[in-house]
Amino acid sequence: MSEPAIPEVTWTRKDLVGIADLSVEEIELILDTADSFQEVSQRSIKKVPTLRGKTVLNLFFEPSTRTRSSFELAEKRLSADALNFSGSGSALSKGESLIDTARNLEAMAPDLVIIRHQHPGVPHMLAQRLESGVINAGDGAHEHPTQALLDAFTIRQHKGRLAGLAVTIVGDIEHSRVVRSNIHLLVKMGAQVTVAGPRTMMPAAVEKLGVRVSYDLDEALTDADVVMMLRVQLERHGQSLFPSTREYFQLFGLTQARLAQAKDDAIVMHPGPMNRGVEISSAVADGKTSVILEQVANGVAVRMAVLYLLSLAQQGDG
Amino acid sequence: MASGVKQGSGMKQGGGMRQGGGMRHIVRGGRVVDPSQGIDARLDLLIEDGRVARLAEHLDSIPGVEETDASGLVVTPGLIDIHVHLREPGFEYKETVESGLRSAAAGGFTAVACMANTQPVNDHRAITELILNQARLHPYARVYPIGAVSKGLAGQELAEIGDMVKAGVVAISDDGLPVMNAALMRRALLYAQHYEVPVIQHAEDLDLTGDGVMHEGEWSTRLGLPGIPGVAEDVMVARDLLLSADTAGRYHVAHLSTGRSLAMVREAKRRGVAATCEVSPHHLLLTDQEVATSGFSTAMKMKPPLRDRSDVEALIAGLQDGTVDAIASDHAPHHPDEKDVQFSVAPFGILGLETTVSLCLDRLVGGGILELSRLVHLLSTGPASVLGLPGGSLAPGEVADITLLDLEREVTVNADAFGSMSRNTPFDGWQLRGAAVGTLLDGQPVLDG
Repeated sequence: MSEPAIPEVTWTRKDLVGIADLSVEEIELILDTADSFQEVSQRSIKKVPTLRGKTVLNLFFEPSTRTRSSFELAEKRLSADALNFSGSGSALSKGESLIDTARNLEAMAPDLVIIRHQHPGVPHMLAQRLESGVINAGDGAHEHPTQALLDAFTIRQHKGRLAGLAVTIVGDIEHSRVVRSNIHLLVKMGAQVTVAGPRTMMPAAVEKLGVRVSYDLDEALTDADVVMMLRVQLERHGQSLFPSTREYFQLFGLTQARLAQAKDDAIVMHPGPMNRGVEISSAVADGKTSVILEQVANGVAVRMAVLYLLSLAQQGDG
Repeated sequence: MASGVKQGSGMKQGGGMRQGGGMRHIVRGGRVVDPSQGIDARLDLLIEDGRVARLAEHLDSIPGVEETDASGLVVTPGLIDIHVHLREPGFEYKETVESGLRSAAAGGFTAVACMANTQPVNDHRAITELILNQARLHPYARVYPIGAVSKGLAGQELAEIGDMVKAGVVAISDDGLPVMNAALMRRALLYAQHYEVPVIQHAEDLDLTGDGVMHEGEWSTRLGLPGIPGVAEDVMVARDLLLSADTAGRYHVAHLSTGRSLAMVREAKRRGVAATCEVSPHHLLLTDQEVATSGFSTAMKMKPPLRDRSDVEALIAGLQDGTVDAIASDHAPHHPDEKDVQFSVAPFGILGLETTVSLCLDRLVGGGILELSRLVHLLSTGPASVLGLPGGSLAPGEVADITLLDLEREVTVNADAFGSMSRNTPFDGWQLRGAAVGTLLDGQPVLDG
C-alpha cells in the first residue's frame, strides 16, 4: 500500500463549498492531485492509508445514489471512517433546526462533512459554524463543485486542456447546480461556454456569468468540442415548464443527426441520471462519443483528491 | 387656521394620547425644519395644551414653564412610519405594542401605523380596540391601526371596514399578502370611499412569485435561489391603478420596489388618479447582490426583495421628483430562531424603526441625494397626508408631536441595544452620521434624550 505520488501542494481552504470562489491554481491542483489518485483505482488493492483515523460524515438530506456512492468509495479507498446520515429518518425530518443538527455534529468532531441539501447556501452555513471541513455535494440549484471538477478532469483526459475549448451545455439551465459549477469552472479555465435550452428553463441574466446563450440546439452544437446534456424535469412544484417530453425531445433532444453539427471528435457528457429519449437518444448515450461512464469512474478519483487536500488543510490545527 | 386642525373624525387621534391639558412647554434654540410651512430657520417654539401655539425668533422664558434645549438640534414635525408590524396580538415573542412603541420612540418616531396581519387578524373592531388599549398603556408613540381588507386576510370577503374605522383604523390592507382577486380589490376601493380611508396594497402577484425567495436577476441565477421577478409587483400595480382610476378609490402602494411600478405611479398621478406610494430604506440602500456578499444572510430576505441597481436608481429619482409620498420602514420583527435557518425557509422581513432615520440622514441627506427638508417631508408631512393623520406640521394649532434630530451625531447600529424585541436587521454594525435624539408627544418629552 504505497502512497500515491502527489504533487507539491499549497492548499489552505478548510472547505469546498463552490467553484465560484476557487482560483485557477486551486482548480489545477485538485485536477493534478486527482491524476495521482486515479492510479490507486487501477491497482488490484484499491486502498491507501492516507486518511486513516479520520472521520467523514456523509450528510445527505436529498436522495442521491451516484454522488453518495462515489464519496463513500473515495472515503473507503483513503481508509477514512465514514458515517452516513440521511435526510429521511434523521433528526431534521423530526423538526430539528439545521443549526441544532450542526451543533450536534460538531460535538461528534468529524474531520470532514460531506453535505447534500435541497436549499442553496446550506454548505456555506455549515462551513461558517463547524470546525470540520465541509464539502458541498450539491446545494439546491446553486453548486455541485465535485461534479464540475470530475467533468473537467474527464474533458482534460480527452482533450488535454480546457482553455480554448467550445463547450455546449444543454437542458434545464435554471434548475441545475451542475451547470453553475461547470460554468464557473470552465470560464475560469478559459473555455468558451454556450448554454442552450428552452426559454422557460433559462435563468435571468445568465450571460453575466460569462456564457453565450442559445435557444437553438443545432446552432448551439455547431463546432462544439464538448456537449454536456442535463437531466430534464418537465414539472417542478406542480408547474409545467414544458408541454411534453415528446416536444422537448423534438426541440432539445440530442440525436446522432444533431450531434453531427459538433466537431468530429466531440465528446458527449451527462451528469446522470439520464432520461433516455427525453434529453438524449440511446444511440448517443451508448455511442462511441459518449464518456458518461468515464465521468462516473473519474468521480471517485476527484473526490479522493478533494478529501485529501481538505484533510491536509486541517493538519496543524490540532 | 386657528382651530383648523385637519382631523377628519374625532377618532384620528391614535392610541397613546396623553393629557396635555393646561401644560405649556418651550422648545428653545433649535433649527426648525417644517416642510408643511416651508420653514427652515432657527426658531423657538411654544406649546400650549398639547398643540403648537407660536413659533418665534425669540420667546421669553415663562416662570414655571419647562423648556427643552434644542440648540444644535433640528426640530421637525413628529416623524410618522406608516408601515410597521407590531405583532400583537398573537406573535408577542417577536414584538409587542409596548416594545414596538419603545422602538419607534428610540428611532425618532411619534406615530406608527400598524398592519393587520396579527393573530387573530385585525379584521374586526375587537382587535382594533385591543391594539389601541395596549397603545394607551404604553404612550411612547401614537398608534394608528390598519384594518384588514378581507376577513382573515383570506382574500375572499370584505372585513367590517366601517366598524373598524369607527374604532380607529385609518386605512385597510391585507399587507403581508396581496389582494389577489381583482373583483375583491375593486369592491374594497369602492367600499372604502364611504369611510374615506385608502386601500393599501402589498403589490405582488403570487403566481409570478411562485417559490421565489429573492429578486430574480443575475444574483438569483448565481446563487441558484428561486427568483421573484420585478414584474410580479408591476402587474399588480398596473391592475390596481386601473381599478383606482375606474372607481376613484384611494390607492396606496406599500413598499414599492421597482422602477417600472414607480413609473406607472408617476404617470397615474399625472392623470389625476388618487394614488400614492411609499418606499422603504432598504430598497434605497441595498441591492440583490447583498444576498451573495453577505453569504446567504437571512437579514437580506424580505418582501419585496432587494432589487437591482437600476431599480434603486429609479426609486431615488422618485424621491427627488415627488412621485414617492413617504418613506416607510416595513418594520417586520422576527425571532432569531426563525431567522437563523437556511435562506430558503427563513421568514421574509427586517426591522426598520431604529435604523430608518440615521440611514436616511447619513445616506440620503449626507450622500447629497435629498435636501433635509425633503427628507423631513417624506418622514412626516408626506405620510401624514397619505393616511390623513394629524401632525406632519408645526403650524400653530397643530398637535405638538415633535422629533429632535442631531445631524452631527455619530452612531453605530447595534441590534443588541434595540428597543425592539427582535434583532433582524441587515444594518447591524453600520456607522452612520445623524440620529434622532428625542421626541415630544403632545408637547411632552417622551424618553430622556
